Amino acid sequence: MSSEWPLWEIFIRGQHGLNHRHVGSLHAPDAEMAIRNARDVYTRRNEGVSIWVVPSNSISASSPSDKGPLFEPANSKVYRHPTFFDIPEEIGHM
Amino acid sequence: MSGALEAVDRAVFAEWLQRIGDNVLILGHRVSEWCGHGPALEEDIALSNQALDLIGQCQLWLGLAAEVEGKGRTADALAFLRDAGAFRNLLLVERPNGDFGQTLMRQFLFDAFHIELLRALKASSDPRVAEIAAKAEKEVAYHLERSADLVVRLGDGTTESHARMQKALDLLFPYTGEMFADDATDRAMAEAGIAVLPSSLKAGWDRTIADVLAEATLTHPGEVWQHGVKGTGGKTGVHSEYLGFILAEMQFLQRAYPGASW
Repeated sequence: MSSEWPLWEIFIRGQHGLNHRHVGSLHAPDAEMAIRNARDVYTRRNEGVSIWVVPSNSISASSPSDKGPLFEPANSKVYRHPTFFDIPEEIGHM
Repeated sequence: MSGALEAVDRAVFAEWLQRIGDNVLILGHRVSEWCGHGPALEEDIALSNQALDLIGQCQLWLGLAAEVEGKGRTADALAFLRDAGAFRNLLLVERPNGDFGQTLMRQFLFDAFHIELLRALKASSDPRVAEIAAKAEKEVAYHLERSADLVVRLGDGTTESHARMQKALDLLFPYTGEMFADDATDRAMAEAGIAVLPSSLKAGWDRTIADVLAEATLTHPGEVWQHGVKGTGGKTGVHSEYLGFILAEMQFLQRAYPGASW
């Protein structure tokens, strides 16, 4: 039965002010039931204050085989990290 | 605390508390029988959550029943060491699970009553009763939202699901009258202001049932013959044969290994 229901990706916001985070996926016939099911499957230990559901087939993903060209060029560019500034002492921890 | 206790006989108060506690204990056990057998993983978890909600509420009601009774018993002793004749749950909640539609219809018919009861009990003259009712009401509001939604989806679903939901409704409706039948215990509790008369909850329940059944395209069974309304129902300890089987499974461990804990 569940294989006939479409797959949904579930995002839960743990606390006010934090971002929704991807927690997993589940099956449901529509968005309303996906939210109910997400409530029962993913928030039973008091994990959340807000739920987003997204049809899994609406997500476009980068291809794992493109990993080299997409991400490796960033490896050798330490100057892109803002670590070369001297922070005045009175600013304290940033 | 003492005010409410004086307003009504202890034994009557404890009896009334066992009625509520036993309803959620037996229904919770019935729903827990689905664990690992749900029609989909998501449903299985939802049903198990609901069973745990009900058993959790039972601990509060039976804990208070034991306290009011004042004979040194505990909620566990009430749940695991009473025989069928001492249970005070409605006949509806001991009905077999049947197919998923039957389980769901039983849940919906009970949830619609349960929410009316808890809302009324929030205004109880006994603060302990009001407090438990307020806590349980949030859980039960979700139970009703969920069961009503599924009754509509399956009632107004396929020909097969519609037929199963109508069959479940016709099968279970004769067990709903007992929820609203007042007796001497109910009247004493209502006079003390601790509870309300069950019959006063009927109008609200009728509205919920009529609205949801109409949306689900199901036919309301109307006025039908009712079980357990003449003072010989589950509320007075006269049960169907199903309760014995439920208790045999639920109480086995404490009966076979008295005092066992882990």
